[in-house]
Amino acid sequence: MNELIAVLIMFLGTGALVAVMLSLSNWLGPKKMNPVKSETFECGNIPISVTSNRFPVKFYTVAILFVLFDIEIVFLFPWSVVFQSLGMQAFVSMVLFIGVLVLGLAYAWRRGALQWD
Amino acid sequence: MNRISDRYWQITGCRSSEYFTKNQAYSMNQAGNIGADLFVISPEIALASAGFVAVILGLLSSRVSRHVVLAVALAGLASCLMFAWQLWDSNTAAFGSMIKSDNFALAFLVIFVVGAALSIMLAFNHREESYLLYPEFVAIALFATIGMILMAASSNLLVLFLGLETLSISLYVLAGINRTDEHSLESAFKYFLLGAFASAFLLYGIALIFGATGSLDLGALLKSGTGFRTENAPLLFIGSLLVVVGLGFKVAMFPFHMWAPDVYQGAPAPIAAFMSTGSKAAGFAAMLRVMFALTDAATSQLLQVFWVLAVLTMFFGNITAIAQKNVKRMLAYSSIAHAGYILVGIVAWNQVGLSSVLFYLLSYTFMNIGAFGIIAYLGSKDKEFCDFSDFKGLGHERPWLAIAMALFMFSLAGLPPTSGFLGKFYLFSAAVKAGHIPLVIIGVINSMISLYYYLGVVVVMFMKESDGTSRPKLKAPVVAVSLAAAAIGVLGIGFFPSRLMATLETLISHVL
Repeated sequence: MNELIAVLIMFLGTGALVAVMLSLSNWLGPKKMNPVKSETFECGNIPISVTSNRFPVKFYTVAILFVLFDIEIVFLFPWSVVFQSLGMQAFVSMVLFIGVLVLGLAYAWRRGALQWD
Repeated sequence: MNRISDRYWQITGCRSSEYFTKNQAYSMNQAGNIGADLFVISPEIALASAGFVAVILGLLSSRVSRHVVLAVALAGLASCLMFAWQLWDSNTAAFGSMIKSDNFALAFLVIFVVGAALSIMLAFNHREESYLLYPEFVAIALFATIGMILMAASSNLLVLFLGLETLSISLYVLAGINRTDEHSLESAFKYFLLGAFASAFLLYGIALIFGATGSLDLGALLKSGTGFRTENAPLLFIGSLLVVVGLGFKVAMFPFHMWAPDVYQGAPAPIAAFMSTGSKAAGFAAMLRVMFALTDAATSQLLQVFWVLAVLTMFFGNITAIAQKNVKRMLAYSSIAHAGYILVGIVAWNQVGLSSVLFYLLSYTFMNIGAFGIIAYLGSKDKEFCDFSDFKGLGHERPWLAIAMALFMFSLAGLPPTSGFLGKFYLFSAAVKAGHIPLVIIGVINSMISLYYYLGVVVVMFMKESDGTSRPKLKAPVVAVSLAAAAIGVLGIGFFPSRLMATLETLISHVL
């Protein structure tokens, strides 16, 4: 228990130190604001709009489809590496797994999720 | 190195090397009896196949007859029941005791399948134009049923979690299936956010139980050979409490009920029917599964918590339901109250109490799907008839429909000769036997409170004149068949309860 109290004291000490340093520099430091200085990036492209913008839901469906096939790859790679030693049962289960995913893709395709316009 | 492996032993209850050899031995064994394993999950496979066929049918042509989709779904559900019949009394475990299909699980399977079949028939033709997604609805409802069955049949906390997620994700989609309706979308979003939160609680609880016992296997959780020691008891209690929080969300009991009114009101009526019955039964099944595996000390601590929660849930549900103007919302609060009645049976924790929990869940499935079904039957494309004032004069215009609604209301209120009366009678008599007299008195007071708002619907239907709102034309016969089946279920269980109750008592005596 004693060594844990030491850790706790260290945590509190660090936190206090950081708080003091930040607030002191905020309080004592000179502030001369101008429009260029208050921009998001002082050196870089000039921001053209706010980032919390509305964007088409199409990106979202593509992202969902991407995750689907990303997961498939995660399972396919280790399976293909040890394919020889796993045998028939693993092959059949993998075919079923891919079959379900293909059904999902066919569904998305047919319902027009892959069409951009 | 030695210290680390000692620590590992403290956590898991076995030396790391032992742990891995055990797992290897399991994977070796498994290859041999895969056929037997698949037989145990054959009900789930039947449902999954029917779901896939429904999706494919929906893809082939968007104009494919909805009758074909309905037939496929009902065939899938029927074959699921048939496989379950084959498994009855076999009491087998599969996949290295991950899944256990004992009679307890199979009895719950029957409840889920009945609920799914009735709601799928109800949704047929419901608000025709906005229901273009009937094949999708059928497929997702079947997948949700698989999740429920897995929850009831789980013999491992991870399978339980897997089943819960299969169920929840399907229900999030179902709640928002009416994509053009704002209320439906709102209900889906609320349900999703709160449900994800509840899942996190459940997972945290599972982690703490694993920490306390060193096992996720519900059969062997506290048997000899695991790492449970008495100084871990508080950890186990907190873990099981968190699991109860996660599952309490699914069954809508008091502090975790917030989602229910908005979701039931916003979701289309057949889906609200499916959600309120199936997910409640699945939540209680999982809760019982976990409690069977706990130590007697942890169970009795949990039962004390449940005593308080049962009282709060009953009072909250019933008193809030009185103030409702919308019948769907009233049914949502009444569904919270019914979770309270069922908790009374769990608090009793004896053979009659737990078998009456199953009895009540089955009769609740019939009566609640019936009540939501009447709303689905009355609804049209533009408007759902679910305000109290919409029911004015229904008794004169559609006497049969009004009589059916009155029957479901009587059953929900617990009046004889319906199944709701017998369910409550069994629940309360079990609690009396266990010596919880104050709890039973509170339960009876609550039943009386609930009479007020259930009979309010009946009064509006039969004693008020219609204000001339035009009601839509008759629906497809399948919807009427579903309502009739629910009514027959309510009356059938009400008139012939003894055989069902005897079966339930024997199956509970095997697991308790």
